[in-house]
Amino acid sequence: MDILNALVAFLNFVFIPGLAYGSQLALGALGVTLIYGILRFSNFAHGDTMAFGTMVTILVTWWFQSMGIGFGPLPTALLALPFGIAATAALLLLTDRAVYRFYRKQKAAPTILVIVSLGVMFVMNGIVRLIIGVEDQNFADGARFLITAGDFKTMTGLTEGLAIKTTQAVTVVTAGLTVAFLFWFLQKTRTGKSMRAFSDNEDLALLSGINPDRVVQVTWILAAAMATIAGVLYGLDKSFKPFTYFQLLLPIFAAAIVGGLGSPLGAIAGGFVIAFSEVMVTYAWKKVATYLLPDSMAPDGLLQLMSTDYKFAVSFSILILVLIFMPTGLFKGKSV
Amino acid sequence: MSKNLYLFAGVVALFLFTGLVLTSWNQTLLILNFALVSSIMALGVNIQWGYAGLFNTGVMGFAALGGLAVVLVNSRPVPEAWSAGGFGILAGLALGALTIAATIFLRRRMVKGRARSLATVALLVGGFFLFRAVFDPAVDAVEAINPTIQGNLGGLGLPVLLAWPAGGLLAALAAWGIGKTALGLRSDYLAIATLGIAEIIVAVMKNEDWLARGVKMMDLKERPWPVPYEVSLQQNPRFLELAANWGFDPVSASSVVVKLCYMVMILIVLGLLIWLSERALNSPWGRMMRAIRDNEDAARAMGKDVTKKHLHIFILGSAVIGIAGAMLTSMDGILNPGTYQPLRFTFLIWVMVIVGGSGNNWGALLGGLLVGWLWLIVETLGPMVMGGITAGMAPGPLKSHLVDSAQHMRLLTMGIILLLVLRFSPRGLIPEK
Repeated sequence: MDILNALVAFLNFVFIPGLAYGSQLALGALGVTLIYGILRFSNFAHGDTMAFGTMVTILVTWWFQSMGIGFGPLPTALLALPFGIAATAALLLLTDRAVYRFYRKQKAAPTILVIVSLGVMFVMNGIVRLIIGVEDQNFADGARFLITAGDFKTMTGLTEGLAIKTTQAVTVVTAGLTVAFLFWFLQKTRTGKSMRAFSDNEDLALLSGINPDRVVQVTWILAAAMATIAGVLYGLDKSFKPFTYFQLLLPIFAAAIVGGLGSPLGAIAGGFVIAFSEVMVTYAWKKVATYLLPDSMAPDGLLQLMSTDYKFAVSFSILILVLIFMPTGLFKGKSV
Repeated sequence: MSKNLYLFAGVVALFLFTGLVLTSWNQTLLILNFALVSSIMALGVNIQWGYAGLFNTGVMGFAALGGLAVVLVNSRPVPEAWSAGGFGILAGLALGALTIAATIFLRRRMVKGRARSLATVALLVGGFFLFRAVFDPAVDAVEAINPTIQGNLGGLGLPVLLAWPAGGLLAALAAWGIGKTALGLRSDYLAIATLGIAEIIVAVMKNEDWLARGVKMMDLKERPWPVPYEVSLQQNPRFLELAANWGFDPVSASSVVVKLCYMVMILIVLGLLIWLSERALNSPWGRMMRAIRDNEDAARAMGKDVTKKHLHIFILGSAVIGIAGAMLTSMDGILNPGTYQPLRFTFLIWVMVIVGGSGNNWGALLGGLLVGWLWLIVETLGPMVMGGITAGMAPGPLKSHLVDSAQHMRLLTMGIILLLVLRFSPRGLIPEK
C-alpha cells in the first residue's frame, strides 16, 4: 500500500505538473525551432509574442464572460483562443513585412537578426504592458478539478490523494492535438513539405520553384499559433504576468537547443526533458521517501535538491551540459 | 570630427535645457549620473560587440556582481556570523569548486567511454551531496544571527572605492567561467547562455541571505571618499552660509553638491576607461581583434587563437560592466537585487551601443547619454504628457489607465528607436572609423 501511496504522491506532485509544464514548454520551443529552421535566427521576441497572444485571448475571454458566453466545465479562454491566434498572426506578419523582410533580402548575419528581434521584443513588451498592465491576471474559469484529492481518496482508499486540475488536463489534450496537427501539416501537406525542404536546403528549395515568401508567411502563422496556445495554456495553468512570459524565454530556448534547433520532434522532447528536470530537482521528496523507506529511516530534511527559486539554474545547467557534450542536441539539429 | 563635436554639444545643450526648463537641477544631475554610469556599461558592451562581435545579453548579471562587490568590500563584518558558520560556508563553497575541478581533471585524464561517464556522474552527485551537507547547516547558523538587521556574513569593512575594482574582478571571474563554456560555440548560444547566467546571478543574490541579505536589502552606510552625506552637509554651518549666499535652499543644494561630487568621480573613471580603450583599439592588439571580428577564418589562418582572444575580450568587457555596476550601487547607497531587471540593465545598454555606433567608444558614450536621458525623462514627463493628451477626456477608468500606463511607453519608444536605427543607420550616430 505504501508503494502505491508513494506512486500517487509522485504522480500528483511531480508527474502531472511536469507533464503540463512540459507540454507548454514543448509548444513554445516548437515556435522557436520553426522560426530557427526557416528564418535561421533565434527569436528573442518569442516570449513576448506568447504574452501578446495570451493578452488578446484574455481580453476576448473577458468580453465573452461579460456577455455570458461560457464553455461549460472548460475554460472560456479556449473559445477565445482562435481570436488570440488570429491577432498574433496578424501582428507577426506585420512585423515581418515592416522589420524582418528588409534584413532577409539583405541576407544579414544571424546575430543582426537577433538584435532586431530584441527591438521587436521591446515593442511587443511595451504594447502588452500598455494595454493590460504588469499585474497578475487570472482568467481560468469553468470546473476547477477533473478529480479532487478527496474524491480520489474515497474512490481508492489510499491515504494519498491525486488531484488533476482541469487546466492540466486541458493543457495536455490541447498540446497533443496541436502537435498532431503540426506534424500532419509538415508531413502531409504540400506547404508543409515545401517548408521542410526550405529548412533543409534553401538554395535547392528555391531552385525547385518553392515560393520563399509563402513559406515564410506560413511559418510566422504557425509560430503565432504555437506561441499563443503555449501562452494561454501556461496562463490558465498558472497565471498571466508579462514579465514571467519574458522569463520563459530561457527554459524555452533550453528546450529547443536540448532537442536540437530546427527539429520539431526535438523541441517536444526537449520541452519534457527541461520540465521534468525542473520539477524533479525542485520538488521536496520527503513525502515520497517517507512512504518508501521504513519508519526508522524516515528522512529529517525536505530532501529537496534545490529551492524552487533556482528553477532557472536547472534549465540553464542542462543547456550548458548539452552545449558542451552534444552541441547539435538530442535530435541532431542545425549547428550553423 | 566636427560633426561629432556638434553631437556632443547637442547633448550638453540637451542636459542644460533639461535643468533650466524641464525639471530641477537635482533631477537633471540624477539623470546625468545615471546616463554616465550606463555609458560605462555601454563601453563594456562595445568592447565585446564592437571590437570582437561577441553578443552578450548578460549585462544585468555582471552589473549585479559589481553591486555585490560593494557589499562584500564595504559593509562591516559580522563577527558572530563568521564564528557561527563562516568557516562552514567557505568550506562548502570550496568543496563545490573542488568537485567541479576534479570532474574536469578526471575527464581530461580518463579515456572516453562508459567508465568515464559513470565516474563523472558519481563524482558530481557525490560532490553535490557533500557540498549540501557542509554548506546548509552553516547557512542556517549564519542566517539565524540577528535576522532583522543582519543574518549575513558582512563584508570586509574596507573603503568603498576599493569595491569598484573589486566589482570588475568579480565580474571578470564570472565572465571567465561562462566564456570557457560558451565561447567557441555559435554566436546565438553565447547570447542565450549569458541571458541565463544573468538570471541565475540575480536569483542567487535574491535568495542567499547570508551573502547580502537577499531581497531584505542591504543598506550601505559608508560613502566613498570624498563624497559627504547630504545630512552632514545640511548641518555644516559653512555650507549653510555658502548656500544662503548663492541663494539656494540648503536641502536641494546639499543633494546637488553630492551628485556633482559623484559626477566628477564617474567622469574620472569614464575618462580613464575611454583613454585605455582608445589606446587598446589603436594598438596592434586592437587591429588583431578587428581582424578576427571581420574574418575569423583569415585570422585563424594567420595563426591567431580566436577562441582565446574572444575569451580575453569577453572578460575585459565584463569587468568594465562590473565596475559600472559597483559605481551604481555605491551611488544608490543600497543593494536591492529586486531592481535588477533585464530590460533596464541588459537591453537598454544594448540600445545605447547600437544607437551610439558599435565599435566606437565615443559612440557608446554618446548613446549612453542620449538614451539614458530619454529613459529617465520619459519617466518624469510621460505621465505629464499623457495627462495633457487626456485632459479633454471625462475622468474614468480608461483615462486613469492611460495615465498609469504612460510609464510603459518608454519600452515602446526604446524598441522603435532601436528598430529605426538598425534599419536606417545601422552604423549608429558615430560610426566606427
